[in-house]
Amino acid sequence: MTAAAAPSPLTRGQISIRNVSKMYDPDGARVLAMDNCSMEIEAGEFCVVVGPSGCGKTTLLNAIAGFHGITSGEILIDGEVLCSPNQQASPGSDRIVVFQNGALFPWFTVLENVTFGPVVQGGVNDKVAKDKAREMLSQMGLSGIESNYPSELSGGMRRRVEIARAMMNDPRVLLLDEPFRAMDALTKTVVQQFLLDVYNKHHKTIFFITHDLEEAIFLGSRVYIMTTRPAKIKTVLDIDIPRPRDFRVLSSSSYLRLKKQCIEAVHEEALKAFAAGEREMA
Amino acid sequence: MSQSSMYGFNWTKIRKKIFSLATLRGISAMVAFTVLWELCSHFSVPIVGNVPPPSSVLKELGQQLVSKTYWVSWVDSFMRISIGFVIAQVLGIPLGLLLGVNRTARELIYPVFEIMRPVPPLAWVPIAVIFWPTNELSMMFVTFLGAFFTVVLNIIGGARSIDARFIRAAYSLGSTRSDIFWKIMVPATLPSIVVGMTVGIGITWAVVVAAEMIASRSGLGFLTWQSYVAGDYPMIIIGMISIGVAGYISSALIRVIGSRMTPWLRTF
Repeated sequence: MTAAAAPSPLTRGQISIRNVSKMYDPDGARVLAMDNCSMEIEAGEFCVVVGPSGCGKTTLLNAIAGFHGITSGEILIDGEVLCSPNQQASPGSDRIVVFQNGALFPWFTVLENVTFGPVVQGGVNDKVAKDKAREMLSQMGLSGIESNYPSELSGGMRRRVEIARAMMNDPRVLLLDEPFRAMDALTKTVVQQFLLDVYNKHHKTIFFITHDLEEAIFLGSRVYIMTTRPAKIKTVLDIDIPRPRDFRVLSSSSYLRLKKQCIEAVHEEALKAFAAGEREMA
Repeated sequence: MSQSSMYGFNWTKIRKKIFSLATLRGISAMVAFTVLWELCSHFSVPIVGNVPPPSSVLKELGQQLVSKTYWVSWVDSFMRISIGFVIAQVLGIPLGLLLGVNRTARELIYPVFEIMRPVPPLAWVPIAVIFWPTNELSMMFVTFLGAFFTVVLNIIGGARSIDARFIRAAYSLGSTRSDIFWKIMVPATLPSIVVGMTVGIGITWAVVVAAEMIASRSGLGFLTWQSYVAGDYPMIIIGMISIGVAGYISSALIRVIGSRMTPWLRTF
């Protein structure tokens, strides 16, 4: 990833996904996971991708993150080609992933986890990194747990620490793959609000995958609804609910209207997916 | 609870434990067992009564605890397991990590390893006695083998079952391959190293005792066997108890070390 003239924080993280297809095992089973997907994500947009389970949303995220390549089309970030059929992106700290079941390193304390990025990338004094980490954690309301191991924390705290770990590296885009799926409803609301607060403060581009429609509308600026496999973008919904948002949004009329639109669009796909033998949504 | 924590021990808790019902039951059961054993011997109950009674064992024990040769046996056995075990870790841990992480190394070395592994360490005793210059070295070699195969196998298993998302997360955060090895693979494999060590020490003791019976002139295993040959039967029991205690001490030590190595697992 070459760093061209550094774009300002509010203009970094523009992602263009153009006619991207991904076929697994081209010489064998020929499974088409994505078929001609196109999305234009603005810098600083909180973009949410919704679709039936198994439709290929994670494939798209993995391609942007650099965990595998694509078989046709191209993905650009801030105008530069990130990946194409000839060039696979390599994973990097400008596109950090937060995983579904969490990937906090269990053998490191919270502080060691959060400073992991700056430490392995080098060029930063250990003490400076630790101070910065402590400050970030306290800003996020997570102070006091620096010396704890992840196993000593609750699920909600762990997910928040993981987001803090990602944010320490000032990524261009934050990639979240159904990060709150395994949480109970109450914890989920807390962590969703946390993510919204982080977004309101730092305005990073966020690429968020979920199967939960309510979560999608509550969090996102734009919701992209994907079809069943092979995935295409079926509909794009602009979420015109103003920010900052909180739980009161959940009973507003605009939220309910958007939810209705979303359900109609997604339900059709869910039925198709079910008929095709995929796992049911949610 | 913290009122009586002298020297970092919770004395209230310890006192409660010592004088609890569970302890009382345990002690009474042991006393009953010993009394029953004594009676069986006294009344010449068939089979069971042939075992030397506690009275003669305790008498002999009193003499042994002040005898130099007895404690020298302890030292000899411990020396053998320590050296064999430590070398097994020093060689086995890097080899295990190499085979776990590097596919080429695994495909080259693992087949040879797998052919040698099924041979029990004790079956190596005759050949070890032949090619090692001294008996002592052959003993240590045999103890080394038991722990070595165990630790390598456990590490390979551990290294190969590391969850891929940790590696992906690490790459995503900007790690180099060296970082992945030292900061992800090694810590992630530590629990299996500890398992390898814990199982390994048990195997090592079993091997040492038997090897001493076969091919040695010192140590606790030799002591036990020699007592049988010489007809000093209470001594056999003492030998057995000593081996049990020695094994227990070693395992406890490894457990403490293991727990220090993996502080993040201590919480539950």
